[in-house]
Amino acid sequence: MIWVAGSVLVWLAATAANLALARATGPGDRWRRLAIPALFGLALLVLWEGLVRGLGVSPVILPPPSAIAARIAVSGDILWTDFLQTILKGALSGWLIGCGAAVLTAIAIDRSPFLQRGLLPVGNFVAALPVVGIAPILVMWFGFDWQSKAAVVVVMVFFPVLVNMVAGLAATDAMQRDLMATWNASYGQALWKLRLPAALPFLFNGLKIATTLALIGAIVAEFFGSPTRGMGFRISTAVGQLALDLVWAEIAVAALAGTGFYGLVTLLERRLTFWHPSQRRS
Amino acid sequence: MTRLLPVLTVVGAILLLWYAATVWLNAPWARDQAARAEATLTLPALVADTMTQDRPVLPAPHQVGAELWKTVAATKVTSKRSLVWHGWVTLSATAVGFLLGSGAGILLAIGIVHSRAMDLSVMPWAVASQTIPILAIAPMVIVVLASVGVTGLLPKAVIAGWLSFFPVVVGMVKGLRAPDAMQIDQMRTWTATPGQMFWKLRLPASVPWLFASLKVSVAAALVGTIVGELPAGATAGLGARLLSGSYYGQTVQIWAALVAAAVLAAALVGLVGLIERRALRRMGMAR
Repeated sequence: MIWVAGSVLVWLAATAANLALARATGPGDRWRRLAIPALFGLALLVLWEGLVRGLGVSPVILPPPSAIAARIAVSGDILWTDFLQTILKGALSGWLIGCGAAVLTAIAIDRSPFLQRGLLPVGNFVAALPVVGIAPILVMWFGFDWQSKAAVVVVMVFFPVLVNMVAGLAATDAMQRDLMATWNASYGQALWKLRLPAALPFLFNGLKIATTLALIGAIVAEFFGSPTRGMGFRISTAVGQLALDLVWAEIAVAALAGTGFYGLVTLLERRLTFWHPSQRRS
Repeated sequence: MTRLLPVLTVVGAILLLWYAATVWLNAPWARDQAARAEATLTLPALVADTMTQDRPVLPAPHQVGAELWKTVAATKVTSKRSLVWHGWVTLSATAVGFLLGSGAGILLAIGIVHSRAMDLSVMPWAVASQTIPILAIAPMVIVVLASVGVTGLLPKAVIAGWLSFFPVVVGMVKGLRAPDAMQIDQMRTWTATPGQMFWKLRLPASVPWLFASLKVSVAAALVGTIVGELPAGATAGLGARLLSGSYYGQTVQIWAALVAAAVLAAALVGLVGLIERRALRRMGMAR
């Protein structure tokens, strides 16, 4: 009982502190913006730990955060091989190939409005489909190792990036293109110096959507068959053995990897599109 | 016509490519069989053979079509072999999850807009959660809920709802904040109560944002349900069809389930889009 009461008290105190912090004004606003969500997350963890311990929830249903942390500390090498297999080999290579192919396709069909009018609705349609379903087929074609996972990722990220890139290449207005024409710029020069930079904000929008899709594709594809390593494999087998602390450890790694991947792309976006209004400091 | 023709061309090109790939991918097996029978295949015979294999590497479009016809139209709807039945299992879980998830999302968004503390503490997590491959927890949710005795539609609906939840929160918060300072000042000069401010200004202004995020989240809910049907033990639903097809090498069955999932996704997104158009037109916001 003491665990339940204690954790609820901590949670209430954190909520009260957050309410006070949110009402406060003056200097240190930047610091408060970081502290409030951090406090909220910590309070949730404490509440989770206290409720699981206090109410005697079986670790087979929900392990407490401390057990998950202990598991991460113990089985670091398993987590690392899985990370290597799924994120670096499967998701990252697929993401690079898929996004690269989408950008090249967008540039290739750039000169044909006919193809664009045809491909855009099809691309939009495919982008809304449950593309993960293609995983069992690609696993049959490319085998159990990371190549099939990368193939699933390629298919998943291709259309969202293509649609965004085509929209981005169309983002310059007539005035800007006329200016390039008055300078007697060739098609290549206009593309390289005006339209590709103008397309970057749109491209990064697609790339960011693609990061999450890539991780989902690589993990879900492993449910259809994989070598004896990889995050999806580990999650599905550990669930079968009711080793839920290991499952949560993998999920924590996946969450960190997803946020980190997204963060890297956002960082790159900030470096490359510093001129865009959405990136300027107000 | 100017819009239909390019689309048809692209779809036609895809079908052509598909047929070409069918011949190319299935040819080794056909040649192998012919070599075992010590016969030589002429080119037309080879092409004909690649189109009619039982377990092709890549089934030809008409084979998938025939399988669809067989499992949709020629089988009774209540039969376990009927794709309509499996589709219904998936659709019902998707619909329940979508309604739960988007409803909860709208409520949380209202809370976030009205409480600065909630905004500052929850919103960063809601945004960060979109970068996390949440689908990875699907098998765990299924197994854990099954061990507490909850099986059937609900665990899948929980995953679908979880996936459709966050896009709605993020979109709806943007929508509820869409009215600009001028409009809010106008409401104040009329001494509008907070309730009136919400019902007469914020909520109507958020409708276009709501529908944009609903379209994303209904597609996400369908993906969630299908993945939720993957863990061993599931016998019903499009995801289970995918998995059993991949176990037994029934490629035609996999492709038929894929097409069914695609049709379902298109129908759901199209339905939300239809409601969106009608709602926006009645509200005078149609573009």
